[in-house]
Amino acid sequence: MSQTKQFMYVNRKAPYGTVYALESLEVVLIAAAFEQDVSLAFIDDGVYQIVRGQSPKALGMKNFSATYNALGDYDVRKLYVERESLEARGLSADDLMPIVYEDEDDDYAEKPSVQLVSRAEMAAIMAGQDVVLSF
Amino acid sequence: MKYTILVNEGPYQHQSADTALQFARAALAQGHEIFRVFFYHDGVNNGTRLAVPPKDDRMLQKEWSELAAQHGVDLVICIAAAQRRGLMDADEARRQGLDADNIAPGFRISGLGQLIEGGIESDRLLVFGD
Repeated sequence: MSQTKQFMYVNRKAPYGTVYALESLEVVLIAAAFEQDVSLAFIDDGVYQIVRGQSPKALGMKNFSATYNALGDYDVRKLYVERESLEARGLSADDLMPIVYEDEDDDYAEKPSVQLVSRAEMAAIMAGQDVVLSF
Repeated sequence: MKYTILVNEGPYQHQSADTALQFARAALAQGHEIFRVFFYHDGVNNGTRLAVPPKDDRMLQKEWSELAAQHGVDLVICIAAAQRRGLMDADEARRQGLDADNIAPGFRISGLGQLIEGGIESDRLLVFGD
């Protein structure tokens, strides 16, 4: 298993209400150990997964949103968010968590992991992947 | 071509499991290889041996077991998803101090790494889900 493939995890569902988001994140964390080229896509209601200020306590659900902030430590640095999905929900980049990674080639400067892309750009990024896992 | 199949939905509730099974059969019939079928989310429920569907309905869990028996297909249930949903093999039941196990023949319980390995080792990874 020496070859490196491009893995994209496509998140389409809201963080609470179904278990897809939580279990998808568990896959990403495990996958990090395999040293593949990993990216995440957030489209449709999936953009809610990285909205800041989540507080699901009243639902009796575990707030796992902090885990997205740890992705940089797992070398997961590419979080693509579809602009159209944000806009359709009245959201903007300011509503998202400031997820960063440390760039070891730039004196460990913190750099943003989240990139807003258009639907067309997202389609092009997706088309370039070897493995697309959709949750 | 070498395929890994990811099944994300349980039997009967969604058609995903039926479609995945039918795809696996068709692919094998045409001489393709199924490297692995990985069951995740509610998909792990495809691996219980305690389902008793009505007599006039299909028996999905049994059909998966038959696929494994006939073609040696590797059926892997995610351990984390299985623990949440009460799917146990004998070893895991003992480890958890539980009084029963319920995994169907031909299935085995393992980790998410098996899914990633499937993606690396196969020409295509197909997701069957909602």
